[in-house]
Amino acid sequence: MGVADFAFYAFALCTLIGGLFTVVSKNPVHSVLWLILAFMSSAGLFVLLGAEFVAMLLIIVYVGAVAVLFLFVVMMLDVEFAELRAEMSRYLPLGALIGLVIVAQLGVAFGAWGYSEGFEGRLQHEISNVENTAALGQILYDDYILVFQLSGLILLVAMIGAIVLTLRHRTDIKRQNVLAQMYRDPAKAMELKDVKPGQGL
Amino acid sequence: MSDAMMTLLIILGQSLLVVGFVMVSLLFLVYGDRKIWAAVQMRRGPNVVGAFGLLQTVADALKYVVKEIVIPAGADRAVFLLAPLLSFVLAVMAWAVIPFNDTWVLADINVAILFVFAVSSLEVYGVIMGGWASNSKYPFLGSLRSAAQMISYEVSLGLIIIGIIIATGSMNFGAIVAAQDGGAGFFSWYWLPMFPMVFLFFISALAETNRPPFDLPEAESELVAGYQVEYSSTPFLLFMAGEYIAIFLMCALMSLLFFGGWLSPFAFGSLGDIPLLGDGPHWMVLKMAFFFFLFAMVKAVVPRYRYDQLMRIGWKVFLPFSLAWVVFVAFAAQFGWFWGTYARWAVGG
Repeated sequence: MGVADFAFYAFALCTLIGGLFTVVSKNPVHSVLWLILAFMSSAGLFVLLGAEFVAMLLIIVYVGAVAVLFLFVVMMLDVEFAELRAEMSRYLPLGALIGLVIVAQLGVAFGAWGYSEGFEGRLQHEISNVENTAALGQILYDDYILVFQLSGLILLVAMIGAIVLTLRHRTDIKRQNVLAQMYRDPAKAMELKDVKPGQGL
Repeated sequence: MSDAMMTLLIILGQSLLVVGFVMVSLLFLVYGDRKIWAAVQMRRGPNVVGAFGLLQTVADALKYVVKEIVIPAGADRAVFLLAPLLSFVLAVMAWAVIPFNDTWVLADINVAILFVFAVSSLEVYGVIMGGWASNSKYPFLGSLRSAAQMISYEVSLGLIIIGIIIATGSMNFGAIVAAQDGGAGFFSWYWLPMFPMVFLFFISALAETNRPPFDLPEAESELVAGYQVEYSSTPFLLFMAGEYIAIFLMCALMSLLFFGGWLSPFAFGSLGDIPLLGDGPHWMVLKMAFFFFLFAMVKAVVPRYRYDQLMRIGWKVFLPFSLAWVVFVAFAAQFGWFWGTYARWAVGG
């Protein structure tokens, strides 16, 4: 067994354990931490596949940003753990059914999936001789620049929409006026007094 | 012995070498930090243990290790102990891709910069987990502050790094340093074309590593010590060591990205042929030590920021500026402005 095989089994095992404990652990914060383990090990699996750029993006985007957000939300929640467990037994059959459907769909899709005839002629770039960052860049920015920019615009609109929906400007609180603070002048803000003994100001 | 075992042993040995270098320099960095700080305040600093107090850090580390580990009754034990371990391990992990000389690198991967960026974006977990697991108010508030701060400054750090990647055309540190080898020594490094970004990167690095003047997570006047309040003995030592290793990593990044890594500043003509004046790992170490000196000086002379000022400068000043800089570098690289200074992929990548 080579080093790569050993690494594969280690990462795969960690992914499975992480996924399992995300579902079964009682404390939601622990769930998120197990989820992070699953993300990290799947990043390791991507590295073994030779997709190092995707692996790093998985860590930066999912672990570095999305999971932090999860953790924040879960940490702020005031949840009753006993109640949560009671609900889990109630929704278990439904969850199992959804899982079964997804597994069946994946099985059907992967069972029937394959490359169509002559797919190599339709590829615009030789993908084997550039590193995968460059290959991804060529596809996103050279071949499909319009679609890529359009999806970026849609995300921008969604972001502005979310900001507009949640922004409210409260007028009844004190605010820091940073510019006024920066332009404060020691000569005007301070006054030196010569206090005589026994007199006071 | 099989080939696989041999490979594993060699990797292990090399890793131990790098970790050993980092740990030994850590001992003297903490000492240096305290000495510089003391000199600015006209004190003597550590001067009792060993010659000139050189072994003070060793004594401190020993003291931490032999003390009792106190775990608060309401704490989440597993997460409480995992948090300092995580922050230490992640800080050491990033060194796997840092080169000290041409080809002197543990893992020469194509996405080295992304790896460092990914690992440093994970460092926030040590802080959040420590704050949450302590199950007490000050640590929790401190960790929330810290998480917001680290995430905010990662954005501008990432954009500055994108400028470098565009100019080099590669994410490998070797290629980035090779692209700065322009035959003009000191003046062909990236600090000159990327001039404003050097300062932005330095300040963002201060904020990212929770160093003064941005050490709000542990602001003792407001939060006692932030997420570290409940920690004692070895877990506390791990937090501190992780923090210093992260700072040292930022020094390494400064010298690799902007100051030519192991390149000699005197590489004019035949001057580079003189021993020690040519390129070599000693330049890398010297540059890292110099940037650590700057970090220590900033700690000594700059007063702490207010939290809203910190957030304002991160989101309203650094982010737009570094974003505009990425656009500028992209145009300059595409159209070959300034004699191709911003398009060095022919040299490096």
